[in-house]
Amino acid sequence: MTTVFGIPIQALLGQLLLGLVNGSFYAVLSLGLAVIFGLLNVINFAHGALYMLGAFAAWMGYAYLGLNYWAMLLLAPLAVGAAGIVIERLLLRHLYRLDHLYGLLLTFGLTLLIEGLMRSFYGVSGQPYSAPEALRGATNLGFMVLPNYRAWVVAASVTVCLATWFVIERTRLGALLRAATENARLVESFGVNVPLMVTLTYGFGVALAGFAGVLAAPVLQISPLMGSNLIIVVFAVVVIGGMGSILGAILTGLGLGVVEGLTKVFWPEASSTVVFIVMAIVLLLRPAGLFGREK
Amino acid sequence: MNRQALLCIALAAAVAVLPYVGVYPIFAMKVMCYALFACAFNLLLGYTGLLSFGHAAFLGSAAYAAGHALKVWGLPPELGLVFGAACATLLGLAFGLLAIRRSGIYFAMITLALAQMVYFFFLQAPFTGGEDGLQQVPRGMLFGLVDLRSDLALYYLVMAVFAAGCFLVWRIVHSPFGQVLKAIRENEPRAVSLGYDVDAYKLLAFVLSAGLAGLAGATKTLVFVSATLSDATWQMSGLVILMTLIGGLGTLTGPVVGAFIVVLLENKVGDFGMAAARLTGLDWFQRLGESVTIVTGLIFVVCVMAFRRGIVGELLAWRGRRRAA
Repeated sequence: MTTVFGIPIQALLGQLLLGLVNGSFYAVLSLGLAVIFGLLNVINFAHGALYMLGAFAAWMGYAYLGLNYWAMLLLAPLAVGAAGIVIERLLLRHLYRLDHLYGLLLTFGLTLLIEGLMRSFYGVSGQPYSAPEALRGATNLGFMVLPNYRAWVVAASVTVCLATWFVIERTRLGALLRAATENARLVESFGVNVPLMVTLTYGFGVALAGFAGVLAAPVLQISPLMGSNLIIVVFAVVVIGGMGSILGAILTGLGLGVVEGLTKVFWPEASSTVVFIVMAIVLLLRPAGLFGREK
Repeated sequence: MNRQALLCIALAAAVAVLPYVGVYPIFAMKVMCYALFACAFNLLLGYTGLLSFGHAAFLGSAAYAAGHALKVWGLPPELGLVFGAACATLLGLAFGLLAIRRSGIYFAMITLALAQMVYFFFLQAPFTGGEDGLQQVPRGMLFGLVDLRSDLALYYLVMAVFAAGCFLVWRIVHSPFGQVLKAIRENEPRAVSLGYDVDAYKLLAFVLSAGLAGLAGATKTLVFVSATLSDATWQMSGLVILMTLIGGLGTLTGPVVGAFIVVLLENKVGDFGMAAARLTGLDWFQRLGESVTIVTGLIFVVCVMAFRRGIVGELLAWRGRRRAA
C-alpha cells in the first residue's frame, strides 16, 4: 500500500475529502457573513443558529410532510431566508444608526433564543437524516473510494459560491449592491430602494446558511447545538480571510477545511484548535487578513 | 468624609450582615464572584469601548489554575487566588497582543475565537479532568489561621476580595489613565492625534480586565470547591456581556446589579416555569428551568432593542433629567 510520511494514502485522501466537506461549509457560511457585513455592517452571530434551522427544516420536511431531500434543498433556504427577512425588518433595522456592536449582541441574543427553543422541543441528541437515494454509495476512482454524497457537498457548495460571486461581481444587481456597500446614501439618491436591498441581502445571506444546513443534514448530527460550535470557527475563518473579497472568503474557507483535515491525520489532538492557531499567526503577520484591505 | 465614602461603608456593612438575615451565603458569594467578573468586563466594554467576546477564558483559566494549585500543589488559598489571577493576567497579555491588532467587530470575533481555542485546550488537557472538571478542591486555611471550610469565614474573604476588586476598578476609572480610556472610547482617532499611544492603553486595560476576571474565577473555585468546563464556554462570555448590559454599560454599580439579576434568574427560572405551567396549563413551561438560555436570549434581545442604558444607566439618566428640570 502506498504511504505518505507513514500514513496510508487512502486515509490521507479520505481526511482530505472530509476537510474539503468541512471547508465547503466554512466557505458558504463565511460568504454569507461577508455579504451581510458588506452592506449591513453587522456580524451575524445568528448565522450558526440559522444554519442549524436549515438542517432541522430538512429533517422536519421529511418527518412531518414527507418532502424529500431535493425539495427541501430548495424550500429550506427559502424558509430560513424568510425568517431572516422577519428578523431584519422587526429587529435589526432599528440598530443601524447605533454602534455596530449592537448588531452582534442582538444576533447573539437571538442565537441563545433560537437554540434554547429548539433544545426545549428536540433535546440535545441528534436527529438521523439519510442522504437521498441517488447520492448514496461510493465511486471507486482507482486510487481511492469516493463517497458520492461528500463529493456532492463539495460540488454543490463551490457551485453556489461561484454563482454568488458571479452575481455580485458581474451583474447590474451586484454592481448596485457593491455601490451601496461603498456609499448607501448616494445609491439611494439615484432612486434605488436601498432599505429593500438591505432586507433582501440579509435574507439571501442567511438563506446561504440554510442551504449549508441542508447539505450538512445527512453528514452531521442534526442537533440544536450544531450551529454555534461551527460559527465560532467560521468567525476565525473570516478573520483569517478578511471580509474584503468574495473569492477570498471562498478560498479561505476551503483551504482551512483542508488544513483541518490534514491536521486530523498528522496531529489529531490539535485538529479542533488548528484554525484558531492559524488565525493567531495571520494576525501577527498580516493583521488585515489574507485578502483584506487595511482601513 | 464625603457622601460617597459613607455610602460605600454603609453598603459594605449591609452586605456583611446578609448571612445573618437569612441570605444563603453560597448564593451571595456567587453573586459577588459574578459581579467582580462583570465589573472587570465593564472596565473594557463600558470604559474603553472594546467588546471582548472571550472573557470566559480568563474566568475559566484562573478557576483551573487556582484549583490545580490548591488541590495538586497544596498551596494555601491566598496563594491559590494570586496564582489564578496571575495566570489569567498572562493569558490576557497574550490575547491582548493579538486582538488589539484589529478593532471593532473584528476585536470581538478574535477574542471569541481565542477563547474557544482555550476551551478546546481545557477540554483535552490532562490536568483539567475533561468534562468532569476539577472536583473537591480543598479550601484550606487562609494565612494558616482561618479555616475556610466554614462558609461564613469564606463569605468575608469573598467580600474582601470583591471590595478590593471594586475599589481597584473605581481607582482605575477615576485616574488619569481611566480618562484616557474614556477618550479612546469616545473618539479613538482624536486620542491618537493628541499623542496617546492608544494601543498601549488598550493593552493595559485588557490585561487589567483579564486579571480581575481571573481573580473572580479563582475566588469562584474556592466557593464551589470545583472548577468546571462551563466557566470557559462561549455561553459564559455571553452571560457576562448580558450582566453588564442589564445593569448598565459604563456605570460603576451597573455590573453588580446585572450580576445579581442574572444569578437570581438562573436559580429561579425553573420555579417561574413551574408557576407558568400551573397558570397556563402548558406542560412546555415545566422545561423552562432546563433551558435558561431561552430566557437569557429573550432578555438579551429586549435589552439591545429597548433598554440599552441598563437599569443603573436609566436611573442615572432619570436623575439627570430631574435635576435639569
